[in-house]
Amino acid sequence: MAPKTIIEKIWDQHVVREEAGQPDLLYVDLHLVHEVTSPQAFESMRLQNRKVRRPDLTFATVDHNVPTINRDLPNPDPLSDQQIRVLRENCHATGIPLFDIFNINQGIVHVIGPEQGLTQPGMTIVCGDSHTSTHGAMGALAFGIGTSEVEHVLATQTLPQLKPKTMSVEVTGTLSPGVTAKDVILEILQTIGVDGGIGHVIEYRGEVIRSLSMEGRMTICNMSIEGGARAGLVAPDDTTFAYLKGRKYAPQGEAWDRAVEEWRALATDEGAVFDKYVTLRGEDIVPTVTWGTNPAQSVSVTATVPDPESFETPQKREGAERSLKYMDLKAGTRIEDIAIDRVFLGSCTNSRIEDLRSAAKIVEGRKVAPTVTAMVVPGSGLVKKQAEEEGLDQIFVEAGFEWRDPGCSMCLGMNPDILLPGERSASTSNRNFEGRQGPGGRTHLVSPEMAAAAAIVGHFVDVREWVK
Amino acid sequence: MHRVEKVRGNAIPLNRADVDTDQIIPAKHLKRIERTGFGPFAFEAWRQDPDFVVNNPAYKDAPILLARQNFGSGSSREHAVWAIEGLGVQAVIAPSFADIFKNNCSKVGLLTIELPQADLDWLMARAEETPAAEIEVDLPSQTVRAGASWERHFEIDPFVKHRLLNGLDDIGLTLQHGDDITKFEEQRSDLKPRTLAAT
Ligand code: SF4
Repeated sequence: MAPKTIIEKIWDQHVVREEAGQPDLLYVDLHLVHEVTSPQAFESMRLQNRKVRRPDLTFATVDHNVPTINRDLPNPDPLSDQQIRVLRENCHATGIPLFDIFNINQGIVHVIGPEQGLTQPGMTIVCGDSHTSTHGAMGALAFGIGTSEVEHVLATQTLPQLKPKTMSVEVTGTLSPGVTAKDVILEILQTIGVDGGIGHVIEYRGEVIRSLSMEGRMTICNMSIEGGARAGLVAPDDTTFAYLKGRKYAPQGEAWDRAVEEWRALATDEGAVFDKYVTLRGEDIVPTVTWGTNPAQSVSVTATVPDPESFETPQKREGAERSLKYMDLKAGTRIEDIAIDRVFLGSCTNSRIEDLRSAAKIVEGRKVAPTVTAMVVPGSGLVKKQAEEEGLDQIFVEAGFEWRDPGCSMCLGMNPDILLPGERSASTSNRNFEGRQGPGGRTHLVSPEMAAAAAIVGHFVDVREWVK
Repeated sequence: MHRVEKVRGNAIPLNRADVDTDQIIPAKHLKRIERTGFGPFAFEAWRQDPDFVVNNPAYKDAPILLARQNFGSGSSREHAVWAIEGLGVQAVIAPSFADIFKNNCSKVGLLTIELPQADLDWLMARAEETPAAEIEVDLPSQTVRAGASWERHFEIDPFVKHRLLNGLDDIGLTLQHGDDITKFEEQRSDLKPRTLAAT
């Protein structure tokens, strides 16, 4: 048999039906649902008298617009409240399990899937959210879909899909202290550009990827979509199995051993060919800060804001000029001289326990700069609980951070956690688009360590100096 | 889904690359539980600028939108497609589209047409100079025409074309293969998780 990539193996195992001239019909092993992209799908199902085919392969939570404070009070936003209520009713009517707002397991959909052990190697996973690619860290083929497709999956547990192209992104060698998975993915995005991955699924490979924890791999796979790729994944290995073992939905006992055997066979075969190859050296990667309004516009923290004239194409030059204008930055300004107003530690990119631990290490015994407002929004109720058991909340609170309840929060600004016009943030999230964190807000994407250090000094700073 | 065959009319020249879905429809407007009513919020932040092209009355109700590469990047929100439709647009022409956005368009019946950069340069300049200049998109023959002598062929997935031309509902089509799905389910590994098992 011809050698195959992990992407092709998972694909082939899920084809329900193929016919020349048509997309393959792909089976979906797990469908994650949240309050924002699902109401229209459920409504349309009702109108057409269609039933949810597999509530037992579907899971829902509320995350995008939940408040992160005062949850015991009535929701201040009637529209958000309605959206949450509608999801509750839809789940109730269709038998889909839901982690509701007061459930300890509630959290960002891409944090809770792996945390519960629902996300497993070799699965196909979809969700009405582009960062579904996060689940690829477990060796799953996971991608975001729109509301019409949400309805399609609810009704049929399948999706017609065109076979994607494959892309190998290899990161060789090792990372220096203070350089994190976030810096790796920002560097990858700078290399491939925001549209370099269109039509592709990425397999992340190489020693640097192998040496990362599951949290780090999730950070990387999470931002695959920022490079235009529908999905990104890492082949499962002992790190994956150690993370998964014993989790609530993971196979137990004899089934576990059988599962591990199947999962090991998923790895890309020797000699398999990808449609595209990119290689980076771990040693070249440094703590990175975005300066623009897309995630590929980034530089080293020790560098300066680039001159738009330095870009090759007129389009890129124009884009950079627009970005700098929106960000109110001048070419040549040292990144370390950029003062910030807000720090957001959270989002499905960087709100897991390891992210909070490494940020807390930077913060411990220090105080947030008087000019900065900083908040920590754990990715899930379980992350929050674990952090509190480890005393991380105390470290953050004593330093002057706000300690919030789990949700998407300031990552997309659907709840009251937003930047004010003109405010500048250091954010551990994944998108620095214009107005993403609030109309007129200016976002710089960084790692949790870099965000924590910036909170302390009030401007960006090379965190490598702090972790020596 | 409604049938799509031809779109004819003038075009809005949105001369920007990497237009993301947060610009097309900001998150704060995603709280609605309906599919309609998003048009007034399309490009909300950019529309604060009176000179922004979408504000120009000369392009009001134009059925075609011209844009640069990687249009619709970012979030999977189908609300972005609904918002553009809400403006009265029935076809978007750009050098490339983000995958999920393009997919969403194909489900809703908004045409996405890919033409090379140089063709967009030409169409963009023409629409800027003569806002009333018409473009015709013809799906059956897969051509874009502008004026008497300018004509380009475009590629489209044959199945998407078939569905659009006949206004076929994707879900209805898949439900016809219910037996295949059941057969697949019967041989599915028993190791896969079930969400209802342990709650
Ligand atoms: S944390 Fe941000 S990126 Fe992640 S699912 Fe929520 S809104 Fe989307």
